[in-house]
Amino acid sequence: MQIALQQLVNGLTVGAFYALIALGYTMVYGIIRLINFAHGDIYAVGAFLGLSVYGLLAFFRVGDPVLATLVALVVSMGCTGLLGVLLYRVAYRPLLRARLSILISAIGGSLTLEYGLFLVYSPSFLVYPHLFGRAGLTAGDIQISWLQILIFASSIVLMAALYLMVHRTKIGMAMRALAINQDAARLMGVDVSRVIALTFFLGSVLAAFAGVLTGLYYSQISFLMGFLIGLKAFTAAVLGGIGNIPGAVLGGFLLGILESLAAGYFSSRWKDVVAFAILIVILVVRPRGLLGERVVERM
Amino acid sequence: MTLLGVRDLVTAYGSVEALHGVSFHVDEGEIVALLGANGAGKTTALRTISGLLRPRSGEVRFAGDRIDTRPAHEIVRLGLTQVPEGRWIFTLMTVDENLRLGAYAEPRVPREALDRVFALFPRLAERRGQLAGTLSGGEQQMLAMARALMTRPRLLLLDEPSMGLAPVLVRQIFHTIAEINREGTTVLLVEQNANTALRLARRAYVLENGRIVLEGPGAELARNEAVRRAYLGVGARPRGREGARERPPAP
Ligand SMILES: Nc1ncnc2c1ncn2[C@@H]1O[C@H](COP(=O)(O)OP(=O)(O)O)[C@@H](O)[C@H]1O
Ligand SMILES: [Mg+2]
Repeated sequence: MQIALQQLVNGLTVGAFYALIALGYTMVYGIIRLINFAHGDIYAVGAFLGLSVYGLLAFFRVGDPVLATLVALVVSMGCTGLLGVLLYRVAYRPLLRARLSILISAIGGSLTLEYGLFLVYSPSFLVYPHLFGRAGLTAGDIQISWLQILIFASSIVLMAALYLMVHRTKIGMAMRALAINQDAARLMGVDVSRVIALTFFLGSVLAAFAGVLTGLYYSQISFLMGFLIGLKAFTAAVLGGIGNIPGAVLGGFLLGILESLAAGYFSSRWKDVVAFAILIVILVVRPRGLLGERVVERM
Repeated sequence: MTLLGVRDLVTAYGSVEALHGVSFHVDEGEIVALLGANGAGKTTALRTISGLLRPRSGEVRFAGDRIDTRPAHEIVRLGLTQVPEGRWIFTLMTVDENLRLGAYAEPRVPREALDRVFALFPRLAERRGQLAGTLSGGEQQMLAMARALMTRPRLLLLDEPSMGLAPVLVRQIFHTIAEINREGTTVLLVEQNANTALRLARRAYVLENGRIVLEGPGAELARNEAVRRAYLGVGARPRGREGARERPPAP
């Protein structure tokens, strides 16, 4: 029971990362039916940009960890968001009608970002600043660090904000409309390309947020860090039902929890095997994911 | 005054040309019908005018300005709105959201446009909170037209508004089109239901295989032997309309 509860806490933390990244996959798929293979690397760029900001702030002797983290998050999210828009403009928009070529373009985008980081930063691991330590709450043998609480709470706030934006604002209404019928949205005066660009922006912003926080949580980053977590977040999106926003959140947390429990009861080497075996079973039973596929209409 | 002018319009899907140089015009205040059999190119013509398709050559002028190189979302803002064939309502959004999307280009939903739409279609007012996909076929057609009216168009392009509707609903839709026109909106009406369309339209064009083959006042075309045989289901040889060509076929 102790193990289960402790692993649940860890699972919710990792799950928040998966969910934040899965949202980017699911939103883009929902509106243009594209699997953006470069999305995991967008997340990696977010982590590296955050590290640069921390470096700059240290140079200017900004010591306050909360202030430094806020600045790192805001700068990294803004720049990474713009990078996501650039990726859409350069790699995807010219190929929107070519179903297969656009996937190749996505793989090209992914490699470009990965080896861009390799060249600009470093081929080896880089160490993130150790700002928050392990302090936190303790209940019996279960420990919850302040950083874990911060990660979980802020992710929930961002996801709720995204949900409200999609459902309560005019631009969110346009996103849902063009997910249903792009030409019909055009006939209503919606500048479809701009709304798609905004979707890339939002997805990249969430990924950058996850990137900076994973840096703080795991203390190190590398240029390939987006590859595996990208695959897992994509899996989480499919698990929840790709194109479905609440589904991506559910899938992300579920995957994080399954993985952590598997690590706790078996070993961390087996966690992916066990977690993915369970996922395959779920997808055999519900091939369209837990909350249903392709329904950004139900974003 | 000419509100819409189409000249020598050529539109192709890949290498297959669907319009081979189509010319016609719509004057301010008119209802003009565009008739033709299935596959004649009516929908292609409307989609080219509204900006969803790019013409290969030719020009489209709206209120004097070239619009054939403009994107669809800008053309709507100029006051030219298409109600597409098949309605294309946003099925998983509410009636209210569909209508608000019609006012997308405006900073806020214009009160008087909403009032006008609910006066024309009181049924929609009762169903504002309902998902559009759960409406009946007739109600969906009303919603498609209402949503288009929310853009406050000067010119409304209607693509087969009577398609798939029961006769009583067809009559109601045509009645509403006349009402919309009386209130000052110019209408270009595409129909296979030529009978009713010709009664409503001041002038009409007949499209055949991507070319305009006949034009004239609505009442005159309704009396034209060839049109009656081909489109009104009168006479023995439904496809024999050779003698009706007032425009020579393009070389
Ligand atoms: N998306 C498309 N791709 C290829 N050909 C098309 C497409 N849409 C229509 N066509 C062709 O263009 C011609 C005109 O079609 P359309 O404009 O839909 O006719 P109508 O509306 O008069 O029935 C037809 O031969 C049709 O097969
Ligand atoms: Mg048609």
